[in-house]
Amino acid sequence: MTEPLIFELSNDERISYQIPALDVPAIAPEEVIDSAYLRKELNMPVLSERDTVMHFTRLSRLNYSVDSGFYPLGSCTMKYNPKINEDIARLPGFARVHPKQPAATIQGIMEVHKLLSDSLAELTAMDAMTLQPAAGAQGELTGLLVMAAYHKKKGNTHKNKIIIPDSGHGTNPASVSMAGFEVLNVESDEDGCVDMEKLKKVIGPEVAGIMLTNPNTLGLFEKHAKELSETLHSVDALLYYDGANFNAIMGWARPGDMGFDIVHLNVHKTLSTPHGGGGPGAGPVGVKAHLAEFLPVPRIKEENGKLAFSSSDKLSLGSVVASNGNFLVLLKALAYIVQNGGDGLKHSSACAVLNANYMMEKLKAYYHLPYDRLCKHEFVITSENLADYGVKTLDVAKRLLDYGFHAPTVYFPLIVPEAMMIEPTETETRGTLDSFIEAMIKIAEEAKTNPDLLKEAPHNTPVRRLDETTAARKPDINWYKRPE
Amino acid sequence: MKYAETHEWAKKEGNLFVVGVTEFAASELGDVTYVELPEVGDKFEQTETFGTIESVKTVSSLHLPVGGEIVEVNEEIEDNPGLVNEDAEGAGWLCKVKPTNPADYDKLMDKAAYDKSTQE
Repeated sequence: MTEPLIFELSNDERISYQIPALDVPAIAPEEVIDSAYLRKELNMPVLSERDTVMHFTRLSRLNYSVDSGFYPLGSCTMKYNPKINEDIARLPGFARVHPKQPAATIQGIMEVHKLLSDSLAELTAMDAMTLQPAAGAQGELTGLLVMAAYHKKKGNTHKNKIIIPDSGHGTNPASVSMAGFEVLNVESDEDGCVDMEKLKKVIGPEVAGIMLTNPNTLGLFEKHAKELSETLHSVDALLYYDGANFNAIMGWARPGDMGFDIVHLNVHKTLSTPHGGGGPGAGPVGVKAHLAEFLPVPRIKEENGKLAFSSSDKLSLGSVVASNGNFLVLLKALAYIVQNGGDGLKHSSACAVLNANYMMEKLKAYYHLPYDRLCKHEFVITSENLADYGVKTLDVAKRLLDYGFHAPTVYFPLIVPEAMMIEPTETETRGTLDSFIEAMIKIAEEAKTNPDLLKEAPHNTPVRRLDETTAARKPDINWYKRPE
Repeated sequence: MKYAETHEWAKKEGNLFVVGVTEFAASELGDVTYVELPEVGDKFEQTETFGTIESVKTVSSLHLPVGGEIVEVNEEIEDNPGLVNEDAEGAGWLCKVKPTNPADYDKLMDKAAYDKSTQE
């Protein structure tokens, strides 16, 4: 890569600020702060403002983003984020409100909370929502703590296990452990759905619930949802719907109607808010009426024709974030819902599913398709048919970068060896889909005629193939303390 | 040496068992970057999770093929997890177990049965 590190650009003579002359008596830091807490050197790079701006602007041009190209990262739903969402979030009436402002002075903001809660409840067939969780993963934890609170109230102290199918999301086992439960893994059947026979073998009084993604990470609709609901409810276990793949069924099927009790949604996937990258997120959680009393407080309630915060629920988990959720992110989700309307949302899910099936049909002659049935919003193919040429999925993914595309998700789900999980989303044109398909077909040909082209890829990117193994085994991330 | 369906092996050494992951598992995992080993003195039942193994592709649980107490761990693995890829069924061993019930070993597969199971 041609761009040096900011430390390499550092030049002590090009400092970018001037501090006014001291007009009070000088005090040495050691006189007021214990020297144990003081550093002699800070080792910060010194650059002029001009050099700093040029450096970061050049770096930003090396980035790949949803706004610069096709990003078929399966399970992540990298859909385009309409710019009007940003305009609305910047309106001063929304952007300049203090998080702790009294409810009586922000009735418009409260209205946004209520409208969004009501819309999400309608989309998921839930009875009550919390908008507090600051990310999908925190939504998972919140939903599982609701589950734990329910069993505690009922005296179900023996319930300590939660079922997760092997096609579930990687975050699920982590959330289960954090909420104090143990994971019970259940395998998929030949159709890629939960194996009901195996599930019935592990079901018992100690099962507190199940976490299910529907459609699952193979992009397939779980056909047994209703039977699952009856089986689980017969032992007083609850059903948790992981909303990661909700973009596939919005307006067509509702988790509440399938028998789920708790739902979380990833607004950055389904409702077009930006993906985080460490920034603020939101993971609203919905529950059926019998679980509403456990939701985090404060909740928004109507009192004398006005909206107010209420913390009166005695069985509530308490708050899961410091303020009432990341409001501006939630606002963008509402903007998307209102702009599309019910019919628009339904149409966008239909297009997401259509796009995925179109690509799957076009690609299945060139790559191995382990589950050949109608998919939902994403599908899984593998490079198994290219193994004889010494080519692996990683090589195909790296070669895609040379064609100007972001690679799909690779080596996930874990139950499919050499998996590539492709999710086009509804926002791409037929032209974009066709150019990606064309690139994939070319790569399959290259694998046979010139496999080294793939194994040494990428060739055209700012950095060539990275040595991930050494990077993981001997991480060297500190400029100043480089190992000998 | 005998094999578990979760891709670990066990080998009798005096009254102890040496434990590691199979060559098949090591090649499926790809380059191993980290192995979380148990502490000496920890006790596990047969098939219980005793650690995790991390590669550039994925993280997997390690299941103890013979239940018992950990009496020694391979300290070299910490500095050089690549040993698992170089010699999974030899120098890349993970720990030694004092068995609670040595008959656990009889429940494992022999090489022919294991090889057959990985070809399916």
